[in-house]
Amino acid sequence: MIYFDNVTKIYFEGTPPAVEAVTLRIEPGEFVSLVGHSGAGKTTLLKMLFAEVSPTEGSVFFGEHEISKLTTKELLKLRRNIGTVFQDFRLLPTKNVYENIAFALEVAGKTDEDIQADVPHVLDLVGLGEKIWSFPHELSGGEQQRVAIARALVNQPEVLIADEPTGNLDPINAHDVVEILKRINDLGTTVFLTTHNKTVVDAVGRRVVTMDQGKVVRDDPHGAYVL
Amino acid sequence: MAVWTNVKRIARYGFIGFIRNGFVSLAAVFILIIALFFLANLMISNAAMTATLEELKEKVGITVYFQPAAPEEQVMTLKQSLEALPEAAAVTYTSRDQALANFRERHKNDPLTLQALDELGSNPLGASLDVRAKEPSQYEVIAQFIQAKQAEGNAGIDKLNYVDNKTAIDRLAAIIDASRKNGITKEIILGVCALIIVFNTIRLTIYTARDEIGVMNLVGAGHWYVRGPFLIAGILYGVIAGLTVLIVMYPILRFNPVLIGLDPTTEILFGAFDSFAYYTQNFALFFFTIIGTGIILGTLSSYLSVRRYLKM
Repeated sequence: MIYFDNVTKIYFEGTPPAVEAVTLRIEPGEFVSLVGHSGAGKTTLLKMLFAEVSPTEGSVFFGEHEISKLTTKELLKLRRNIGTVFQDFRLLPTKNVYENIAFALEVAGKTDEDIQADVPHVLDLVGLGEKIWSFPHELSGGEQQRVAIARALVNQPEVLIADEPTGNLDPINAHDVVEILKRINDLGTTVFLTTHNKTVVDAVGRRVVTMDQGKVVRDDPHGAYVL
Repeated sequence: MAVWTNVKRIARYGFIGFIRNGFVSLAAVFILIIALFFLANLMISNAAMTATLEELKEKVGITVYFQPAAPEEQVMTLKQSLEALPEAAAVTYTSRDQALANFRERHKNDPLTLQALDELGSNPLGASLDVRAKEPSQYEVIAQFIQAKQAEGNAGIDKLNYVDNKTAIDRLAAIIDASRKNGITKEIILGVCALIIVFNTIRLTIYTARDEIGVMNLVGAGHWYVRGPFLIAGILYGVIAGLTVLIVMYPILRFNPVLIGLDPTTEILFGAFDSFAYYTQNFALFFFTIIGTGIILGTLSSYLSVRRYLKM
Protein backbone atom coordinates (compact mmCIF):
# COMPACT_ATOMS: atom_id res chain seq x y z
CA MET A 1 0.00 0.00 0.00
CA ILE A 2 2.90 2.37 0.76
CA TYR A 3 6.07 1.95 -1.24
CA PHE A 4 9.24 4.04 -1.08
CA ASP A 5 11.20 3.22 -4.22
CA ASN A 6 14.89 4.04 -3.84
CA VAL A 7 14.10 7.46 -2.37
CA THR A 8 16.75 10.13 -1.73
CA LYS A 9 16.19 13.60 -0.34
CA ILE A 10 18.83 16.32 -0.38
CA TYR A 11 17.56 19.61 1.13
CA PHE A 12 20.46 21.82 0.03
CA GLU A 13 22.96 21.00 -2.63
CA GLY A 14 26.32 20.06 -1.15
CA THR A 15 24.83 18.87 2.16
CA PRO A 16 24.60 15.18 3.03
CA PRO A 17 21.25 13.61 2.09
CA ALA A 18 18.56 13.56 4.78
CA VAL A 19 17.27 10.33 3.28
CA GLU A 20 19.47 8.16 1.09
CA ALA A 21 18.36 5.37 -1.25
CA VAL A 22 15.54 4.11 0.97
CA THR A 23 13.38 1.31 -0.34
CA LEU A 24 10.57 0.30 1.97
CA ARG A 25 7.22 -1.40 1.56
CA ILE A 26 4.37 -1.20 4.05
CA GLU A 27 1.40 -3.54 3.66
CA PRO A 28 -2.20 -2.72 4.59
CA GLY A 29 -2.97 -3.26 8.26
CA GLU A 30 0.66 -3.21 9.38
CA PHE A 31 1.93 -1.32 12.44
CA VAL A 32 5.39 -0.07 11.57
CA SER A 33 7.61 1.74 14.05
CA LEU A 34 10.33 3.80 12.43
CA VAL A 35 13.12 4.40 14.94
CA GLY A 36 16.45 6.18 14.95
CA HIS A 37 18.36 9.08 16.45
CA SER A 38 17.30 12.66 15.83
CA GLY A 39 18.37 13.60 12.31
CA ALA A 40 18.27 10.01 11.06
CA GLY A 41 15.72 11.00 8.39
CA LYS A 42 12.53 9.57 9.93
CA THR A 43 10.45 12.73 9.69
CA THR A 44 11.67 13.52 6.16
CA LEU A 45 10.54 10.07 5.07
CA LEU A 46 7.09 10.63 6.60
CA LYS A 47 6.72 14.08 5.09
CA MET A 48 7.24 12.63 1.64
CA LEU A 49 4.20 10.48 2.19
CA PHE A 50 1.84 13.46 2.43
CA ALA A 51 3.84 15.59 -0.01
CA GLU A 52 5.07 18.18 2.42
CA VAL A 53 8.52 17.25 1.10
CA SER A 54 9.18 15.92 -2.38
CA PRO A 55 11.96 13.42 -3.05
CA THR A 56 15.10 14.52 -4.89
CA GLU A 57 15.37 11.06 -6.44
CA GLY A 58 13.14 8.00 -6.49
CA SER A 59 9.35 7.78 -6.08
CA VAL A 60 6.84 7.36 -3.29
CA PHE A 61 3.66 5.42 -3.97
CA PHE A 62 0.41 5.39 -2.05
CA GLY A 63 -1.61 2.51 -3.43
CA GLU A 64 -1.27 2.92 -7.18
CA HIS A 65 -0.62 6.66 -7.08
CA GLU A 66 2.80 8.16 -7.34
CA ILE A 67 2.56 11.04 -4.90
CA SER A 68 4.79 13.55 -6.71
CA LYS A 69 2.60 13.23 -9.81
CA LEU A 70 -0.69 14.06 -8.10
CA THR A 71 -2.51 17.30 -8.89
CA THR A 72 -3.32 19.67 -6.03
CA LYS A 73 -6.89 18.39 -5.94
CA GLU A 74 -5.82 14.75 -5.84
CA LEU A 75 -3.23 15.58 -3.22
CA LEU A 76 -5.86 17.18 -0.97
CA LYS A 77 -7.96 14.06 -1.37
CA LEU A 78 -4.95 11.92 -0.47
CA ARG A 79 -4.33 13.99 2.66
CA ARG A 80 -7.92 13.39 3.75
CA ASN A 81 -7.14 9.69 3.41
CA ILE A 82 -4.05 9.87 5.62
CA GLY A 83 -4.48 10.77 9.28
CA THR A 84 -1.55 12.67 10.76
CA VAL A 85 -0.49 13.09 14.39
CA PHE A 86 2.53 15.15 15.41
CA GLN A 87 4.71 15.70 18.45
CA ASP A 88 3.44 19.30 18.73
CA PHE A 89 -0.24 18.26 18.28
CA ARG A 90 -0.95 20.91 15.61
CA LEU A 91 -4.50 21.67 16.68
CA LEU A 92 -6.26 24.81 15.47
CA PRO A 93 -5.81 27.10 18.49
CA THR A 94 -8.86 29.31 17.90
CA LYS A 95 -11.21 26.36 17.46
CA ASN A 96 -12.57 24.21 20.28
CA VAL A 97 -12.24 20.43 20.38
CA TYR A 98 -15.52 19.88 18.54
CA GLU A 99 -14.61 22.35 15.78
CA ASN A 100 -11.10 20.95 15.40
CA ILE A 101 -12.48 17.52 14.64
CA ALA A 102 -15.46 18.83 12.69
CA PHE A 103 -13.05 20.74 10.46
CA ALA A 104 -11.49 17.51 9.16
CA LEU A 105 -14.98 16.19 8.38
CA GLU A 106 -16.07 19.41 6.72
CA VAL A 107 -13.14 19.46 4.32
CA ALA A 108 -14.01 15.87 3.43
CA GLY A 109 -17.47 17.12 2.46
CA LYS A 110 -19.52 15.50 5.25
CA THR A 111 -22.99 16.81 6.02
CA ASP A 112 -23.74 18.66 9.26
CA GLU A 113 -25.81 15.69 10.50
CA ASP A 114 -22.92 13.27 9.96
CA ILE A 115 -20.54 15.65 11.70
CA GLN A 116 -22.82 16.02 14.72
CA ALA A 117 -22.97 12.24 15.02
CA ASP A 118 -19.30 11.40 14.29
CA VAL A 119 -17.49 13.93 16.50
CA PRO A 120 -18.81 12.78 19.91
CA HIS A 121 -18.33 9.19 18.82
CA VAL A 122 -14.65 9.58 17.94
CA LEU A 123 -14.05 11.62 21.10
CA ASP A 124 -15.46 8.78 23.18
CA LEU A 125 -13.03 6.47 21.39
CA VAL A 126 -10.06 8.50 22.71
CA GLY A 127 -11.75 9.07 26.07
CA LEU A 128 -12.31 12.83 25.77
CA GLY A 129 -16.09 13.00 25.53
CA GLU A 130 -16.44 15.49 28.36
CA LYS A 131 -13.92 18.00 26.91
CA ILE A 132 -15.82 18.57 23.67
CA TRP A 133 -16.23 22.34 24.13
CA SER A 134 -12.75 23.06 25.53
CA PHE A 135 -10.12 24.99 23.62
CA PRO A 136 -6.68 23.45 23.01
CA HIS A 137 -4.99 25.78 25.52
CA GLU A 138 -7.35 24.49 28.22
CA LEU A 139 -6.19 20.89 27.72
CA SER A 140 -3.12 19.01 28.97
CA GLY A 141 -0.54 17.72 26.48
CA GLY A 142 -1.95 14.20 26.68
CA GLU A 143 -5.47 15.45 26.05
CA GLN A 144 -4.36 17.60 23.12
CA GLN A 145 -2.64 14.61 21.58
CA ARG A 146 -5.78 12.54 21.97
CA VAL A 147 -7.77 15.27 20.20
CA ALA A 148 -5.19 15.19 17.40
CA ILE A 149 -5.60 11.42 17.15
CA ALA A 150 -9.38 11.78 17.11
CA ARG A 151 -9.08 14.29 14.29
CA ALA A 152 -6.74 12.00 12.37
CA LEU A 153 -9.16 9.11 12.76
CA VAL A 154 -12.50 10.71 12.18
CA ASN A 155 -12.38 10.37 8.40
CA GLN A 156 -11.53 6.67 8.78
CA PRO A 157 -8.25 6.98 6.89
CA GLU A 158 -6.44 4.01 5.45
CA VAL A 159 -3.20 5.10 7.07
CA LEU A 160 -2.40 6.89 10.30
CA ILE A 161 0.96 8.61 10.42
CA ALA A 162 2.24 9.47 13.88
CA ASP A 163 5.45 11.51 14.04
CA GLU A 164 6.88 11.30 17.58
CA PRO A 165 3.38 11.40 19.06
CA THR A 166 4.68 10.74 22.56
CA GLY A 167 7.59 13.19 22.35
CA ASN A 168 5.96 15.83 24.55
CA LEU A 169 4.10 13.48 26.89
CA ASP A 170 4.82 11.97 30.31
CA PRO A 171 5.14 8.15 30.49
CA ILE A 172 1.53 7.56 31.55
CA ASN A 173 0.08 9.70 28.75
CA ALA A 174 2.59 8.17 26.33
CA HIS A 175 1.39 4.72 27.31
CA ASP A 176 -2.25 5.76 26.75
CA VAL A 177 -1.44 7.11 23.30
CA VAL A 178 0.36 3.91 22.32
CA GLU A 179 -2.60 1.86 23.52
CA ILE A 180 -4.95 3.98 21.40
CA LEU A 181 -2.71 3.53 18.34
CA LYS A 182 -2.66 -0.23 18.86
CA ARG A 183 -6.42 -0.32 19.14
CA ILE A 184 -6.74 1.69 15.93
CA ASN A 185 -4.40 -0.75 14.20
CA ASP A 186 -6.46 -3.65 15.48
CA LEU A 187 -9.47 -2.07 13.79
CA GLY A 188 -7.65 -2.34 10.46
CA THR A 189 -5.92 1.02 9.97
CA THR A 190 -2.28 0.93 8.88
CA VAL A 191 -0.16 2.79 11.46
CA PHE A 192 3.18 4.30 10.62
CA LEU A 193 4.89 5.58 13.77
CA THR A 194 8.22 7.32 14.26
CA THR A 195 9.77 7.53 17.67
CA HIS A 196 13.05 7.45 19.52
CA ASN A 197 11.37 6.24 22.69
CA LYS A 198 12.48 2.68 23.48
CA THR A 199 9.61 2.07 25.89
CA VAL A 200 7.09 2.95 23.21
CA VAL A 201 8.64 0.63 20.61
CA ASP A 202 8.91 -2.23 23.06
CA ALA A 203 5.30 -1.71 24.16
CA VAL A 204 4.10 -1.96 20.55
CA GLY A 205 6.17 -5.06 19.78
CA ARG A 206 5.49 -5.11 16.02
CA ARG A 207 7.59 -4.41 12.92
CA VAL A 208 10.51 -2.06 13.61
CA VAL A 209 12.46 -0.24 10.89
CA THR A 210 15.66 1.42 12.07
CA MET A 211 17.20 4.39 10.28
CA ASP A 212 20.65 5.88 10.69
CA GLN A 213 22.14 8.80 8.75
CA GLY A 214 19.37 8.70 6.16
CA LYS A 215 19.56 4.96 5.48
CA VAL A 216 17.46 2.00 6.60
CA VAL A 217 19.85 -0.15 8.61
CA ARG A 218 17.49 -2.77 10.13
CA ASP A 219 14.01 -4.07 9.42
CA ASP A 220 12.73 -6.56 12.04
CA PRO A 221 9.23 -8.04 11.64
CA HIS A 222 8.82 -8.40 15.42
CA GLY A 223 11.59 -6.24 16.62
CA ALA A 224 12.45 -4.26 19.66
CA TYR A 225 14.34 -1.01 19.89
CA VAL A 226 17.97 -1.67 18.99
CA LEU A 227 20.46 1.02 18.05
CA MET B 1 -21.48 18.61 -1.92
CA ALA B 2 -23.58 21.67 -1.82
CA VAL B 3 -21.61 24.84 -2.44
CA TRP B 4 -24.06 26.59 -0.16
CA THR B 5 -23.02 24.43 2.81
CA ASN B 6 -19.39 25.37 2.23
CA VAL B 7 -20.22 29.06 1.93
CA LYS B 8 -22.18 28.87 5.18
CA ARG B 9 -19.32 27.13 6.98
CA ILE B 10 -16.75 29.59 5.64
CA ALA B 11 -18.88 32.56 6.70
CA ARG B 12 -19.39 31.05 10.14
CA TYR B 13 -15.65 30.47 10.65
CA GLY B 14 -15.00 34.00 9.39
CA PHE B 15 -17.28 35.49 12.05
CA ILE B 16 -15.99 33.17 14.77
CA GLY B 17 -12.39 33.93 13.86
CA PHE B 18 -13.10 37.67 13.92
CA ILE B 19 -14.56 37.47 17.41
CA ARG B 20 -12.10 34.97 18.93
CA ASN B 21 -9.12 36.97 17.64
CA GLY B 22 -10.74 40.06 19.14
CA PHE B 23 -7.63 42.02 19.92
CA VAL B 24 -6.01 41.40 16.57
CA SER B 25 -9.27 42.25 14.79
CA LEU B 26 -9.53 45.46 16.77
CA ALA B 27 -6.05 46.50 15.64
CA ALA B 28 -6.91 45.85 11.99
CA VAL B 29 -10.22 47.75 12.27
CA PHE B 30 -8.52 50.66 14.00
CA ILE B 31 -5.87 51.03 11.29
CA LEU B 32 -8.55 50.81 8.60
CA ILE B 33 -10.54 53.53 10.36
CA ILE B 34 -7.56 55.86 10.07
CA ALA B 35 -7.10 55.08 6.39
CA LEU B 36 -10.80 55.53 5.57
CA PHE B 37 -10.90 58.74 7.57
CA PHE B 38 -8.18 60.08 5.29
CA LEU B 39 -10.29 59.15 2.30
CA ALA B 40 -13.40 60.90 3.66
CA ASN B 41 -11.28 63.94 4.42
CA LEU B 42 -9.92 63.95 0.88
CA MET B 43 -13.44 63.75 -0.56
CA ILE B 44 -14.68 66.66 1.56
CA SER B 45 -11.74 68.98 1.03
CA ASN B 46 -11.71 68.25 -2.68
CA ALA B 47 -15.42 69.08 -2.91
CA ALA B 48 -14.87 72.26 -0.90
CA MET B 49 -12.12 73.43 -3.23
CA THR B 50 -14.09 72.60 -6.37
CA ALA B 51 -17.19 74.35 -5.07
CA THR B 52 -15.22 77.44 -4.17
CA LEU B 53 -13.52 77.53 -7.53
CA GLU B 54 -16.85 77.23 -9.29
CA GLU B 55 -18.29 79.96 -7.13
CA LEU B 56 -15.41 82.27 -7.95
CA LYS B 57 -15.76 81.61 -11.64
CA GLU B 58 -19.43 82.53 -11.26
CA LYS B 59 -18.40 85.81 -9.73
CA VAL B 60 -16.44 86.82 -12.77
CA GLY B 61 -18.63 89.20 -14.66
CA ILE B 62 -18.72 92.65 -16.10
CA THR B 63 -20.67 95.40 -14.45
CA VAL B 64 -21.32 98.54 -16.50
CA TYR B 65 -22.13 101.56 -14.31
CA PHE B 66 -24.03 104.39 -15.93
CA GLN B 67 -23.90 108.04 -15.01
CA PRO B 68 -26.84 109.03 -12.75
CA ALA B 69 -28.01 111.37 -15.47
CA ALA B 70 -28.07 108.71 -18.17
CA PRO B 71 -31.67 108.21 -19.40
CA GLU B 72 -33.19 104.77 -19.11
CA GLU B 73 -33.60 104.36 -22.89
CA GLN B 74 -29.87 104.73 -23.27
CA VAL B 75 -29.29 101.93 -20.77
CA MET B 76 -31.86 99.75 -22.51
CA THR B 77 -30.27 100.36 -25.89
CA LEU B 78 -26.92 99.09 -24.61
CA LYS B 79 -28.66 96.19 -22.87
CA GLN B 80 -30.23 95.12 -26.16
CA SER B 81 -27.02 95.38 -28.12
CA LEU B 82 -25.20 93.40 -25.40
CA GLU B 83 -27.87 90.73 -25.45
CA ALA B 84 -27.38 90.48 -29.20
CA LEU B 85 -23.74 89.47 -28.68
CA PRO B 86 -23.24 85.74 -29.20
CA GLU B 87 -20.80 85.63 -26.26
CA ALA B 88 -23.23 87.05 -23.70
CA ALA B 89 -25.23 84.58 -21.62
CA ALA B 90 -27.28 87.02 -19.57
CA VAL B 91 -27.58 90.73 -19.01
CA THR B 92 -29.20 91.92 -15.79
CA TYR B 93 -30.51 95.43 -15.44
CA THR B 94 -30.38 97.25 -12.10
CA SER B 95 -32.36 100.51 -12.13
CA ARG B 96 -31.31 103.62 -10.22
CA ASP B 97 -34.05 103.05 -7.63
CA GLN B 98 -33.04 99.44 -7.20
CA ALA B 99 -29.40 100.49 -6.81
CA LEU B 100 -30.45 102.91 -4.10
CA ALA B 101 -32.49 100.28 -2.31
CA ASN B 102 -29.55 97.87 -2.48
CA PHE B 103 -27.27 100.53 -1.11
CA ARG B 104 -29.63 101.24 1.82
CA GLU B 105 -29.91 97.55 2.55
CA ARG B 106 -26.15 97.12 2.54
CA HIS B 107 -25.62 100.06 4.89
CA LYS B 108 -28.58 99.57 7.16
CA ASN B 109 -26.29 99.29 10.18
CA ASP B 110 -24.39 102.41 9.26
CA PRO B 111 -26.57 105.43 10.23
CA LEU B 112 -23.88 107.94 9.32
CA THR B 113 -23.80 106.91 5.68
CA LEU B 114 -27.58 106.76 5.48
CA GLN B 115 -27.80 110.22 7.01
CA ALA B 116 -25.37 111.57 4.43
CA LEU B 117 -27.45 109.95 1.70
CA ASP B 118 -30.64 111.52 3.03
CA GLU B 119 -29.00 114.95 3.12
CA LEU B 120 -28.16 114.67 -0.57
CA GLY B 121 -31.87 114.72 -1.28
CA SER B 122 -31.60 113.17 -4.73
CA ASN B 123 -30.43 109.67 -5.77
CA PRO B 124 -26.68 109.86 -6.48
CA LEU B 125 -26.49 106.33 -7.90
CA GLY B 126 -26.58 105.37 -11.53
CA ALA B 127 -28.20 102.35 -13.13
CA SER B 128 -26.02 99.35 -13.97
CA LEU B 129 -25.90 96.28 -16.20
CA ASP B 130 -24.40 92.93 -15.12
CA VAL B 131 -23.13 90.91 -18.01
CA ARG B 132 -22.39 87.19 -17.81
CA ALA B 133 -20.47 85.49 -20.57
CA LYS B 134 -21.04 81.92 -21.67
CA GLU B 135 -17.34 81.11 -21.11
CA PRO B 136 -14.93 82.96 -18.81
CA SER B 137 -12.58 83.50 -21.76
CA GLN B 138 -15.24 85.55 -23.60
CA TYR B 139 -15.22 88.47 -21.16
CA GLU B 140 -12.36 90.01 -23.02
CA VAL B 141 -14.51 90.37 -26.17
CA ILE B 142 -17.48 91.76 -24.25
CA ALA B 143 -15.28 94.22 -22.39
CA GLN B 144 -13.81 95.44 -25.66
CA PHE B 145 -17.32 95.93 -27.09
CA ILE B 146 -18.40 98.04 -24.11
CA GLN B 147 -15.15 99.99 -24.09
CA ALA B 148 -15.72 100.84 -27.76
CA LYS B 149 -19.22 102.14 -26.91
CA GLN B 150 -17.74 104.14 -24.04
CA ALA B 151 -15.17 105.65 -26.39
CA GLU B 152 -17.96 106.89 -28.67
CA GLY B 153 -18.90 109.08 -25.72
CA ASN B 154 -22.70 109.13 -26.06
CA ALA B 155 -23.59 105.94 -24.20
CA GLY B 156 -23.74 107.50 -20.74
CA ILE B 157 -21.32 104.91 -19.36
CA ASP B 158 -19.55 105.91 -16.18
CA LYS B 159 -17.18 102.98 -15.63
CA LEU B 160 -16.52 99.31 -16.20
CA ASN B 161 -15.31 97.12 -13.37
CA TYR B 162 -14.08 94.21 -15.41
CA VAL B 163 -10.37 94.93 -15.20
CA ASP B 164 -10.25 95.30 -11.37
CA ASN B 165 -12.09 92.04 -10.74
CA LYS B 166 -10.27 90.03 -13.31
CA THR B 167 -6.82 90.22 -11.73
CA ALA B 168 -8.12 89.46 -8.25
CA ILE B 169 -10.24 86.54 -9.41
CA ASP B 170 -7.52 85.06 -11.59
CA ARG B 171 -5.09 85.19 -8.72
CA LEU B 172 -7.53 83.66 -6.25
CA ALA B 173 -8.40 80.89 -8.69
CA ALA B 174 -4.70 80.17 -9.15
CA ILE B 175 -4.20 79.99 -5.37
CA ILE B 176 -7.11 77.63 -4.89
CA ASP B 177 -6.10 75.48 -7.80
CA ALA B 178 -2.53 75.25 -6.53
CA SER B 179 -3.60 74.47 -2.98
CA ARG B 180 -5.99 71.84 -4.25
CA LYS B 181 -3.24 70.14 -6.25
CA ASN B 182 -0.93 70.47 -3.28
CA GLY B 183 -3.58 69.05 -0.97
CA ILE B 184 -4.31 66.13 -3.26
CA THR B 185 -0.59 65.31 -3.51
CA LYS B 186 -0.32 65.28 0.28
CA GLU B 187 -3.44 63.18 0.62
CA ILE B 188 -2.18 60.70 -1.95
CA ILE B 189 1.13 60.31 -0.13
CA LEU B 190 -0.68 59.85 3.18
CA GLY B 191 -3.11 57.49 1.48
CA VAL B 192 -0.29 55.31 0.17
CA CYS B 193 1.24 55.26 3.68
CA ALA B 194 -2.14 54.28 5.14
CA LEU B 195 -2.49 51.56 2.52
CA ILE B 196 0.90 50.06 3.38
CA ILE B 197 0.09 50.18 7.10
CA VAL B 198 -3.30 48.55 6.56
CA PHE B 199 -1.75 45.84 4.44
CA ASN B 200 0.97 45.15 6.97
CA THR B 201 -1.43 45.10 9.91
CA ILE B 202 -3.67 42.57 8.21
CA ARG B 203 -0.61 40.60 7.17
CA LEU B 204 0.42 40.46 10.83
CA THR B 205 -3.04 39.25 11.87
CA ILE B 206 -2.69 36.43 9.36
CA TYR B 207 0.93 35.81 10.32
CA THR B 208 -0.32 34.90 13.78
CA ALA B 209 -2.49 32.28 12.08
CA ARG B 210 0.19 30.85 9.77
CA ASP B 211 0.54 27.60 11.72
CA GLU B 212 -3.21 27.23 11.60
CA ILE B 213 -3.13 27.62 7.81
CA GLY B 214 -0.44 24.93 7.67
CA VAL B 215 -2.59 22.55 9.72
CA MET B 216 -5.62 23.20 7.51
CA ASN B 217 -3.50 22.36 4.47
CA LEU B 218 -2.35 19.19 6.12
CA VAL B 219 -5.85 18.05 6.99
CA GLY B 220 -6.65 18.40 3.29
CA ALA B 221 -8.64 21.62 3.23
CA GLY B 222 -8.96 23.18 -0.22
CA HIS B 223 -7.43 26.60 -0.79
CA TRP B 224 -10.74 28.42 -0.80
CA TYR B 225 -11.80 26.68 2.36
CA VAL B 226 -8.66 27.96 4.11
CA ARG B 227 -8.74 31.40 2.55
CA GLY B 228 -12.48 32.01 2.86
CA PRO B 229 -12.75 32.77 6.58
CA PHE B 230 -9.86 35.24 6.34
CA LEU B 231 -11.60 37.02 3.47
CA ILE B 232 -14.80 37.17 5.52
CA ALA B 233 -12.80 38.66 8.40
CA GLY B 234 -11.34 41.17 5.89
CA ILE B 235 -14.85 42.17 4.81
CA LEU B 236 -15.84 42.59 8.46
CA TYR B 237 -12.81 44.82 9.12
CA GLY B 238 -13.83 46.97 6.16
CA VAL B 239 -17.53 47.21 7.04
CA ILE B 240 -16.97 47.97 10.72
CA ALA B 241 -14.24 50.52 10.03
CA GLY B 242 -16.32 52.12 7.26
CA LEU B 243 -19.44 52.41 9.41
CA THR B 244 -17.39 53.88 12.25
CA VAL B 245 -15.93 56.53 9.96
CA LEU B 246 -19.37 57.37 8.50
CA ILE B 247 -20.80 57.78 12.00
CA VAL B 248 -17.87 59.76 13.37
CA MET B 249 -17.87 62.14 10.40
CA TYR B 250 -21.39 63.25 11.28
CA PRO B 251 -20.70 65.10 14.55
CA ILE B 252 -17.31 66.29 13.33
CA LEU B 253 -18.76 68.00 10.27
CA ARG B 254 -21.76 69.22 12.19
CA PHE B 255 -19.92 70.81 15.09
CA ASN B 256 -16.23 70.99 14.37
CA PRO B 257 -15.10 70.85 10.72
CA VAL B 258 -11.69 72.08 11.89
CA LEU B 259 -10.95 68.48 12.87
CA ILE B 260 -10.82 67.33 9.29
CA GLY B 261 -8.54 70.07 8.07
CA LEU B 262 -11.08 72.79 7.30
CA ASP B 263 -9.33 75.27 9.58
CA PRO B 264 -10.59 78.82 10.13
CA THR B 265 -8.29 80.37 7.52
CA THR B 266 -9.50 78.06 4.81
CA GLU B 267 -13.02 78.58 6.01
CA ILE B 268 -12.66 82.26 5.10
CA LEU B 269 -11.48 81.15 1.70
CA PHE B 270 -14.17 78.54 1.25
CA GLY B 271 -16.81 80.98 2.40
CA ALA B 272 -20.15 79.50 1.62
CA PHE B 273 -19.15 75.82 1.33
CA ASP B 274 -21.08 73.85 3.93
CA SER B 275 -19.24 70.58 4.49
CA PHE B 276 -22.01 69.17 6.68
CA ALA B 277 -24.68 69.83 4.06
CA TYR B 278 -22.41 68.36 1.39
CA TYR B 279 -21.93 65.24 3.52
CA THR B 280 -25.61 64.69 4.24
CA GLN B 281 -26.71 65.43 0.67
CA ASN B 282 -24.09 63.09 -0.82
CA PHE B 283 -24.37 60.46 1.90
CA ALA B 284 -24.93 57.62 -0.59
CA LEU B 285 -21.68 58.52 -2.36
CA PHE B 286 -19.80 58.59 0.95
CA PHE B 287 -21.45 55.37 2.11
CA PHE B 288 -20.51 53.34 -0.97
CA THR B 289 -17.05 54.86 -1.39
CA ILE B 290 -15.99 54.47 2.25
CA ILE B 291 -17.52 51.05 2.89
CA GLY B 292 -16.48 49.80 -0.56
CA THR B 293 -12.89 50.94 -0.10
CA GLY B 294 -12.85 49.36 3.36
CA ILE B 295 -14.06 46.03 2.00
CA ILE B 296 -11.63 46.09 -0.91
CA LEU B 297 -8.68 46.97 1.36
CA GLY B 298 -9.64 44.32 3.91
CA THR B 299 -10.22 41.46 1.51
CA LEU B 300 -7.33 42.25 -0.80
CA SER B 301 -4.87 42.42 2.11
CA SER B 302 -6.26 39.15 3.49
CA TYR B 303 -6.09 37.46 0.13
CA LEU B 304 -2.49 38.46 -0.51
CA SER B 305 -1.43 37.59 3.03
CA VAL B 306 -2.99 34.12 3.09
CA ARG B 307 -1.50 33.31 -0.29
CA ARG B 308 1.97 33.34 1.26
CA TYR B 309 1.11 30.50 3.61
CA LEU B 310 -0.94 28.40 1.21
CA LYS B 311 1.92 26.27 0.01
CA MET B 312 1.57 23.26 -2.14
